[in-house]
Amino acid sequence: MKARVTVTLKSGILDPQGKAIEGALKSLGVDGIASVRQGKVFDIELAATDKAKAEAALKAAADKLLANTVIENYRVEVLG
Amino acid sequence: MKSAVLVFPGINRERDMARALKLASGNETAMVWHAETALPQGTDLVVVPGGFSYGDYLRCGAIAARAPVMDAVRDFAAKGGLVLGVCNGFQILCESGLLPGVLMRNAGLKFVCRDVHMKVERSDTPFTRGYNAGQVIRVPVAHGEGNYEADEETLKRLEGEGRVLYRYCSPEGVVDEASNFNGAAHSIAGIVNERGNVLGMMPHPENHVEEIMGCTDGRGLFAGLVQQFEKAA
Repeated sequence: MKARVTVTLKSGILDPQGKAIEGALKSLGVDGIASVRQGKVFDIELAATDKAKAEAALKAAADKLLANTVIENYRVEVLG
Repeated sequence: MKSAVLVFPGINRERDMARALKLASGNETAMVWHAETALPQGTDLVVVPGGFSYGDYLRCGAIAARAPVMDAVRDFAAKGGLVLGVCNGFQILCESGLLPGVLMRNAGLKFVCRDVHMKVERSDTPFTRGYNAGQVIRVPVAHGEGNYEADEETLKRLEGEGRVLYRYCSPEGVVDEASNFNGAAHSIAGIVNERGNVLGMMPHPENHVEEIMGCTDGRGLFAGLVQQFEKAA
């Protein structure tokens, strides 16, 4: 079973890397960029075949390690 | 004072730290590998040194914070044992939940490696008793992620409870924007936990302890810790 965990910075948390990328895109002349926030994507393969169990495992992984919930939010998707 | 320095893959300041501890205490320091599940018997002080544990993968300190030895450190701290985290060690303590908040990328995006000044906010703690309150000391920093941030409520508590022990300042002791080189909230360089027995700080006092280093301002921290245990003994 394949899954994806996406970790993003909470709103209001300063993201200097996103700002730098935003600046670079603007200097490249890419039109219409209003703002950039950088996050992380984890593509995970699970041994489980049960969707609910897989989601529970991914949530545990995100809470325990993948995200620092002081500053980050996460989203779990089981892709099947 | 019997101290134990934790060693994680990618840590590189553990020898400097052990040297500074020996200089202050006269005792050899135990080096404790991250896979250990217990600290040496009779440990008075645990130090989480600086470096780049696990190559800063995922987030600085995130993987080291989940190492087996950290459970022993949590137990040690819960019993009132003194824990000092420097640089990556501060990041590890935040990630492990022993200290609140998080160390973000420096506001200027650059890795900063130079001497800075910091003000000792109070002298009535085990980590600052070697200094006078208000004293300004010069210490080196070397980090890319030292911008301390926490939510407003946490910052208010830290300030209200006098838990900011060290703050970046000018050489004259003025806390201002210009001296806050990494953008840390409230110019925070070092904080303690609620109980006051766990300190995390970004600068490296262990690198300013001998004349040959050009400055000995870091000695006070180690001398104070040693005094703490002399008094108790």
